[in-house]
Parts: sequence; C-alpha cells; structure tokens
Amino acid sequence: MSKTFDPRKFLADNLVVVIFLVVTAFAVPVSGLSAQFIIQELFTRIGRNAFLVFSLLLPIMAGMGINFGMVLGAMAGEIGLIIAVDWGILGVNGLAFASLVGMPIAVFLGWIAGEVLNRAKGREMVTGYILGFFMDGVYQLVVLYMMGYIIPIRSPAITLSRGYGIRNTLGLDSVRQSLDNLLAVRIGPYVLPLATYMVIGLLCVFIIWFRRTKLGQDMRAIGQDQGVSHSAGISVERTRIIAIMISTVLAMIGQIIFLQNMGNMATYNAHKQTGFFAAAALLVGGASVSKATIPNVFIGVVLLHLMYIVMPRAGAQLFGEAQIGEFFRDALSYAAIAMALVIYAWRKRANAERARAGLRGGEAAAGGVK
Amino acid sequence: MNRLKQAVTDFGWPRIIIFLFVVALFIGAPFVKVRVDSSFTDVFNRFGQNAVLVLALVPMVQAGCGLNFGLPVGIIAGLLGSTLAMEFGLVGWAGFLGAIGLSLPFAVAFGFAYGLLLNKVKGEEMTIAMYVGFSIVTFFAILWLLLPYSSPNMVWGYAGKGLRTTITLEGYWGLILNDFLALRIGENFRFPTGMILFVILLTVLVGFFFRSKTGTAMTAVGSNPDFARAGGVSADRMRLTSVILSTVIGAVGILVYQQSFGFIQIYNAPLFMAFPAVAALLIGGASVNKASMLNVIVGTFLFQSILTMTPSVINSILQTDMSEVIRILISNGMILYALTRKTKVTK
Repeated sequence: MSKTFDPRKFLADNLVVVIFLVVTAFAVPVSGLSAQFIIQELFTRIGRNAFLVFSLLLPIMAGMGINFGMVLGAMAGEIGLIIAVDWGILGVNGLAFASLVGMPIAVFLGWIAGEVLNRAKGREMVTGYILGFFMDGVYQLVVLYMMGYIIPIRSPAITLSRGYGIRNTLGLDSVRQSLDNLLAVRIGPYVLPLATYMVIGLLCVFIIWFRRTKLGQDMRAIGQDQGVSHSAGISVERTRIIAIMISTVLAMIGQIIFLQNMGNMATYNAHKQTGFFAAAALLVGGASVSKATIPNVFIGVVLLHLMYIVMPRAGAQLFGEAQIGEFFRDALSYAAIAMALVIYAWRKRANAERARAGLRGGEAAAGGVK
Repeated sequence: MNRLKQAVTDFGWPRIIIFLFVVALFIGAPFVKVRVDSSFTDVFNRFGQNAVLVLALVPMVQAGCGLNFGLPVGIIAGLLGSTLAMEFGLVGWAGFLGAIGLSLPFAVAFGFAYGLLLNKVKGEEMTIAMYVGFSIVTFFAILWLLLPYSSPNMVWGYAGKGLRTTITLEGYWGLILNDFLALRIGENFRFPTGMILFVILLTVLVGFFFRSKTGTAMTAVGSNPDFARAGGVSADRMRLTSVILSTVIGAVGILVYQQSFGFIQIYNAPLFMAFPAVAALLIGGASVNKASMLNVIVGTFLFQSILTMTPSVINSILQTDMSEVIRILISNGMILYALTRKTKVTK
C-alpha cells in the first residue's frame, strides 16, 4: 500500500473544515476587527467552551454518535450553581460546591440517558436530542415550581416574587470568573485564564489515560463492532451506559466552567444551545461521528468561534446589516453538522455494502462454513 | 381478557394515559368555570390549523424514511408561496390558491433534492432530516432579508426592504378557509367548516393515494424493502416520491396554518415546527414506520385538545401556569416513547 496524497480523499475527509477555513479566511479581513481583539476573544472562548466539547468524545468512541443528550449534564451543572449561589459560597469554592451538588444529579441523569439510548440502538443521536427536550421540561418543573417550595431556597434575591421558582436571570456575581481569575497570566497585551486551561489540560490527560484502561479499550471495541465485543465478553449495554454517564458528568463540569466565565445564567435557556455549539465545534474541528480526537476539539473551538466573532461585523460591513452575518453563521454551523452527519452515513452505507459483497464472496470461498 | 391486554400493549400506555387526561380535562372544565363551547371552538380551530402539517409526515413514515423532522423544508416552500402571492398583490381566494400554486414548484424542487439526499443516508434519516431542516430555515432567514420584496405590507417600514418577522394576512386571505360556510351555534361556538372540509379533502386524497398502485408500492418499500425489490419496485424511487409528497403537503400545511393563525411567521419561527407535528402523529397511534389517516385525525385532535385545555383548566386548578411544562413533557415524552419502542417490524 502506497501512502500517496490523494487530494480527493483529503477533501472528502476534511470537507467541513475546508469550507469553514475558506469562509472564515474571507470574513476576518472584511470584518475589520483588530487581530488583538480577535486573539483575546479566542483565548477566552477556548477556556469557556473546550471542556463542554470534550464531553462528547467518549460516546463517539463507544460508537454512539454525538451525544446530544449532553444537555442533561448542563442542566445538572446549572442546578449545582443555583444551590451554590443560594448558599452564598464564594469564588472557586462555590464552583467546587456546585460541581459536588451537580455530580449525583449528573450521574443519575447519565444513567437514565444511557438506559434510554440502549433502547434506541441505531438512532441514538435523534433520541438523545429529544431526550434533551424532554428533560428540559423536567428541569423547568424542578427549577420553576419545586425550588422554594419542595426544595428549600433561602435567598429571596434569586426567587421569583411569587415566593417559589428561580428568576429568569441568575446573577453569578459570587463565582463570576473565579476560575479564570484564579491564575490569570498577562502575556503582552493578552490575558490568559491559566487555571481554566489547567483544568482542561487535566481533562486531556484523563482522556488519554482513560483510552488505555480496560474500560476505554472496551468502549473502542464496542465502537468498532457490538456483536464481536459481545462475543468477546464485554458487557455492551453496561459500557455504553458508563460512556454516557461520564459524558454527562463532564458536560456538568463544562457548563459550570462556561457559566462562571459568562457571569450570568439565563436560568431556563442557558442549556438550550449547549449541545448545538459543542457538536458544531467538534465537527468543524474535523471530527466525524465515529472518530474524534483531542486536536479536533481545539481546532474546532478556534474555528467555530473565530467565525462567531467575526461574522456579525462582516455581515454589517458587506450588507449593512449585522443580522445577516448572525443568520449566516447559524446556517453554516447547522449545515456543518448536517454535512458531517451525511458524510458519516454515506461511508457507513458504503462500508456495509462492501462488507456484504465480501461476505458473499467469502461464503463461496469458504464453501459452506456457517 | 388476553386480547384486551394485547390491544392495550399495542396501543401503548402513554397514549391511553394521554387519552384519559384529555377526557378528564373536558369533564373538569365546567367545574373550574371554563366554557366548554368556546374551548371546543378553539380545539376545532387548532385541529384544522395543524392537521395538514401532521398529515405531511405520513408518506415518509410509510415509505420507511422515519419521522420527517425535516418538515421545515416543506414549510419554507409554503412561506415562499405565500410571500410571493402577497408580493403579487393576490387577495381572497386568488391569494390562497395562488399561494398554493406558487409554492408547489418550490416544494417539488426542494423535496426532490431533499429526497435524493435522504436516499444516500439510509438508516440515519431522522437526525440528518432535523439538521437539514435547521439549515434551510437559517439559510432562508438570510434570504428573507436580501430578496427584493417590495410590498409595503410585508417589508420593514423604515428601511423599505427586508421582510418583517410576522406579516399579517388581514386584507389578503386571512381566515378565508375558517370563515367559509362557518357555523355559529349559540354565543361562543363557531365551527370552521371550510377549513375542516379542506382537511378532510386532503386526508381522503392521501388515503386514496395509499390505496393506489404507487401508494401500495410505497407502503411495501417501507415495511419490507427486500420483498418490494423482489416485486419489481424501486425502493429509491418510492422513497423519493414519498419525500416530495411529504414536502408538498407540508407546504400546503403551513398555508392552511397561516390563514387560520392570521399571520405569516418567518425567520426562525419554523425551526421547531416539526416537533409538535411529530408528537401529534405519534399520540394518534402511529409508530416510527407505520402511520394511517386515522392516526393523523385522532392524534391532532388529542394533542390540540391538550394544548387548548391545559392552560385554562390546569391553571385554574393549580393556580399557576404549568401548561408549558405539560406540553413539553407530553410531546417529547411521546416521541421518546416511539423512538425507544421495539417495533414489531424491526429493521
């Protein structure tokens, strides 16, 4: 086998990345934003978003596609933050406390999600998406009706005037950017949230280590072939549930990191776009539905957010309307997800057909084995 | 007894619970001083308003393409039809029928491209359909701003260009089906005869289509592709036809919806319109790969009854507005149930 460079194959493998690169390369100069502003924004956004995107890696490894059900973890993180704000725990301690509160919720929700997805093999992605919608209803039920009623909330500042339910916007002053500022380093004109980066780095180490464990190997085996893994004695369903549980817990922590950087929380809307942004970032970074690596995460976050930073200004410069740029970046991100899904499905089918053809030929050759 | 048990399992507990819930809502309404007659007016209005959109899902389910979360593709074609008809100054029946006529070529073209794409991604249709829908809605949001519409009733007043987010149909063809032969009984009850007749007409047409040769072949492709192929039916062609049909009915569906609602909603409004339609079809007893006209009628009626009655009835009982949460839980719970159910005709 020669390893010659095949431009067509390269393009097919990286179509989404190439399109994004071309569009962004065009939009950056048009926007007229200064390089310093863009780079500072990117440093901030890597810290804000990378952790959330990482939560998608394990389910992809286990062959479950993109875990759109990660929003369940985001909701768990938000509940943790609400309690932390209510108890008035300040700074990084508040974030740690929020994660501690969110942990059992995320584990429980992850377990439910895993069980549900096990019943929907072959259509995990759409099921995970709808599960996110469903749990949004449960989240509203808990946060809007039970908090301050069944679940004690002490601070009247965060409850609605009727006495129960959390306000639409939750100010996170007590924990705002506490992780980012814990170890903020100034390099030239830029400020780097080093502590946040260290947390993300730790996660990378965890993922690299986890891939080598028995459990990680099992997940990869299941991602390759469920039937063979089952015959090899791997408990397929249990491993899939664990993959989703870890993903949900990571999304919980990721959402807390995201929100401490934002400094405000739209109580009932903060998680609605989480899955979309994480999935778009990962796929724009060159990942596919069946294979995603750590570099994919970073490339994706940089590319996607570069586009989100420059596009409104580019739209304003080109058409006199920032809104066009905003619609355009949404359209392009949705299209990126659609395209990545199409390429994946296309390949899967081609492989299946090749396997079937091989089986026919193989059967004839083996002469009636099986 | 056993047969009853079997029937209950086939129908599914969630549906029985939802059905009982609706019955309880109607029985409970008078006790909390909610007028039943005006409630029924709302239910019938909303039934007619949404039924065609639900009907649009049937062809693709029958042909084995799954639940059409890409319904916005058809909706966009309908939006093009109605905005063009307004731009050309068509009013009254000419406006409504003109809007249908103008949307058809778009619906066929979009459906054709969408169907070709779905044929290439068998087995992953639903997730991809969802994102194709999202993409086309956001892409057209750009076009609504850029296309050279000029009718002063549609564009932003101060800029003189770019469509408004909601465009009123008053003076064009708003309520034209609802008011056609409308029956008024008593003070508060009004039956939108024209719209219901239109819905019945379309349902019967689609019903007849599925009895025809093409329709039967389509069902065969959905329930057993290998068998269909052995019978000389091209699965790809049937699936393509079903997607085009679904998109065309979706376009007509949004036009019926608009005339009853009174407004054209554009930009991000169609993003999530597929989900309530899917929920309604499933509540009516359909599964991921089987749906009938009866499912459409029953499902839309039940789902719209819940949407109409919960705000008034539940709110007066609990003294808080829980209707939104109930809506989210019921509609998505139903979709989840259908997606996770081991269907008898497994693929």
